[in-house]
Amino acid sequence: MTALTAPVEEKTPVPAPRILVFSTNNISDPGIDLAGSAHLHYSPGVRVISMPCTSGIRPSWILHAIKQGFEGVFIASDGDECAYLPDCAKRASRIIAEAQTMLKAEGLLPQRIKMAAICSVCAENFAKHMNQFSEALITLRTAGAK
Amino acid sequence: MSEHRQDPALAPASAGRGGAEDAPRAQLDGREQAPGGASERMGRPSESRDPKARRIGVYVCHCGGNISDYVDVQAVVDAVKDEQSVVVAKHMMFACSDAGQQEMEDDIAASDLDGLVVASCSPKLHVVTFRGVAKRSGMNPYEYNQTNIREQCSWTHTDDRDGATHKAIALVRGVIGRTRLSEALEPLVVETTQKALIIGGGVTGLRAAIGMADIGLGVFLVEREPELGGWVGKFGPMFPHERDGRELIAQMVADVKKRPSIKVFTGAEVVTKGGSFGNYQIGIRVSNDPPETISVEVGSIVVATGFDAYQPAEGELGAGLPGVLSLPEFKELVDGSKGPLRYNGRPVRSLAYIYCVGSRQPDGNEWCSRYCCSATAHISIKVSERDPKVRQYHLYRDIRTYGNFELLYTEARKQGAVYVKFPDDAPPVVAMDKGGGLAVTVRDLLSGDEELEIPVDLVVQVTGMVARKNDAMVGMLKLPLGRDGFFNEIHPKLRPVETMVDGVLIAGACQGPKSSAESVASGLAAVTQSASVLKKGVAELDPLVATVDIDRCTWCGKCENACPYGAIEKLSLNGREVASISEAGCKGCGGCVPMCPENAIDLRGYTDLQITAMIDGLLEEAIA
Repeated sequence: MTALTAPVEEKTPVPAPRILVFSTNNISDPGIDLAGSAHLHYSPGVRVISMPCTSGIRPSWILHAIKQGFEGVFIASDGDECAYLPDCAKRASRIIAEAQTMLKAEGLLPQRIKMAAICSVCAENFAKHMNQFSEALITLRTAGAK
Repeated sequence: MSEHRQDPALAPASAGRGGAEDAPRAQLDGREQAPGGASERMGRPSESRDPKARRIGVYVCHCGGNISDYVDVQAVVDAVKDEQSVVVAKHMMFACSDAGQQEMEDDIAASDLDGLVVASCSPKLHVVTFRGVAKRSGMNPYEYNQTNIREQCSWTHTDDRDGATHKAIALVRGVIGRTRLSEALEPLVVETTQKALIIGGGVTGLRAAIGMADIGLGVFLVEREPELGGWVGKFGPMFPHERDGRELIAQMVADVKKRPSIKVFTGAEVVTKGGSFGNYQIGIRVSNDPPETISVEVGSIVVATGFDAYQPAEGELGAGLPGVLSLPEFKELVDGSKGPLRYNGRPVRSLAYIYCVGSRQPDGNEWCSRYCCSATAHISIKVSERDPKVRQYHLYRDIRTYGNFELLYTEARKQGAVYVKFPDDAPPVVAMDKGGGLAVTVRDLLSGDEELEIPVDLVVQVTGMVARKNDAMVGMLKLPLGRDGFFNEIHPKLRPVETMVDGVLIAGACQGPKSSAESVASGLAAVTQSASVLKKGVAELDPLVATVDIDRCTWCGKCENACPYGAIEKLSLNGREVASISEAGCKGCGGCVPMCPENAIDLRGYTDLQITAMIDGLLEEAIA
C-alpha cells in the first residue's frame, strides 16, 4: 500500500441534481420501492411521480419539469411488461421524441431526458441508472449546458 | 423474505382495519359502475371546489424510526403547516396504528377536513388503510393521497439526513398540490373468477388446495415433480408433534383426491400468464406424450414452490469426507432405518453436529434458517431413543430453539447430548484421524475457551434453507425477490402473503425459511386472502379512468385510434362531433391522454393540473 504523502484535498460537495422520475404503479414503482427496501443509495435529488402507464405521460409535463428546475427527467418505463398496451414501448419512445423536440425548441439539451425499462424487481438497475444520470447531469452542469 | 429493519408493531390493529379492497391495479377487465348505494358510502358527492379553499390534513409518519431516524419529521411538518389549504399538520409515531387512524378521524370531524395527506411508507402497503380512515369519517376515499417517504426517501438516503429531510418536504408539498385538486370518485367493480392456481405440491400447496376447495373455490394444483409431497413427503417423524411426514402427505393427497374441485397436474409447469387480477389466463405445460399446454382461467395465484437445502462446497467444514453428511442426508438415514443407527454397515457410536453451516455468514447466506436448531435437537432425541449410548456433540454458535421448541433442547440435553459453543470466527475443523475415522477440533467457549478434539463416527452439517432458483417463473409472474433470493411479501406482518403483483400470493418456505407448521399456516393465509376477494365474485377497482372535456374536443379521432379497447367513440352533441369515453370500457392506462392535440383528455387522479402541481411541489424543498 502506498502511504499518503500529501494532505487530502477537501472537496466542496456538489449539489445533487434534481431528477424527476415518472414511474408506473405496477411495474417500475415496486422496483423503486425494492431499491429502498434494500437500502440502495442514490441521490436525494431524485423525486418520483407514479402513473398507471408510461404511455400516459404528456410531453408537456417533461418540458414543464425541466423549465421549472429539474435538471433531468427519467422515464422508468414499463417496456414490454406493460399490462395495458402491447405497444407501450413504442408509444413511450414517441413521447420522449416529442418531449426532446420541445426541449430543443426551448434551447434545452435533449440529453436531459432519459428512459429505461425498470421492472418490478429492477432495484439495483434503478439505483445504477439514477447514479449514472446524476453524474451525467453534473457533467452537463459543469459544462454550463442549458 | 422481507428485510424490514423494524416491525411497526401494530399489525393486528391496522391489519384488521383493512379489507378486501385493493390498491391500484393493471389491466381491468369487465369493469362496470359501482352498484347503487356506493355513493352514499363514499361520502360527499363529486363537485368542483376552489383548490384554495380546500381543508387538508397532513400526517407525517415516523414509522417507529424507519422514517424519523433519517428524516427530521418535525422539520417536514414545520415546512408545510402554513401551506395554502393545510389546516392540520402533524407527525405521529405510527400513522397506521389504531390510535393514529383515530386521531385522523377526529381531526377530519373537528376541522371539517376535505382532503387527507399521509406521508409514510409505500402506498402499496397502506392505501386501503387510509382510504378506510377517509371513508369512516365521511370523506370520499379518493380525497386521500399518500406519498412514500420511506422506501423512496428515508430507506434510500440513510447516509444523508439533510438531503432526505429536504426531499421529504418536497414530496409532501407535491402531494398537497395534488390533493388540492383531487375530486370525489366512486369505485368500479370487476367480476372475478372463483378459481385459484397453486404452484407447488408440497405441504404448503397441498394444504392451501384443500383449504381453497373447502371454502368453495376451484383449484388447479401444479407440481413440477412426478409426485406430490415435496420435502415433507420424504420425512419420517417431525417436530413438534411427531407427525410422520410421509403419512401426513399421504393423508393430504387422499384428501385432495376426495375433492373434485381440485385438479392436479404433476410433472407440469406454468409457462404463460396473461390477463390481470381477478381474471388471469394461465398456460400449464404437462409432460404427457406428446407434451401439451393446457389453458385455465383463475382469479388468484399462490406460489408455494418451497426451498432448496444449502449444499456445502467441497472441503467446507469437512464436506466431501466420508462420514460427513448434511442435515437432510442424516434425516434420511435416521428415517430410513430402525434400531441402533448404522452408517455404511458400521454402528454409529458417536457423532458431532456442526451448526450454522452456510448460515449467518457475513459474505454468504446472512440469514438464520430458524428451523435447523430445533430439527437437530429433535433428531438428536430420536437417535438417543434408539440407542442411549450414542455420544452426541452439538457444536453451535447460538441455539435458537424459539418458543416451545426450547423443550426439545432441554430434552436433548437430558438424554445426554453435549452442547459446545464455539466462537463465531473460529468454526470447528473436521479432519480424518490416523485410524481412518473423523476428528473434530473445536474451541469450547463455555469451559475457558479450551480446545477439544473429538473423535466421532459421523459429522452432521446442520445446513439451512436457501432460495430455490426458478428464473423463468420469477420473470413470468414478476415476483419480487429479496437480496437473499427468497420471494418478498409486501410486509411480513401486515400483508404477509401478498406480493406487489395484485392477486399473486406467496406461501411457505419460498418466502424464507419456515418449519412445516409455519408453512402450512402461511398456505392457509393465502387461502383466506384469495377467498376474501374471489368469494365475493367482484372486486372494487379504482375509478381512475379517462375523461374528455367536450368544450375543448374538436374530434380528430386520434384518441379513438390510440385506444385498443374500443372505449372511445365519436359522439354527436349539439351539432358538434366530440369524443365520448366509456367508463366501463376504459382501462385507465391514459394512453389516449398525450395523443390529444387539444389537451382535452385527462385521466382521473392524474389530471394535467394535478401532475403539474405535483411537479411544482416536488421542487419546493426549502425548510420553513
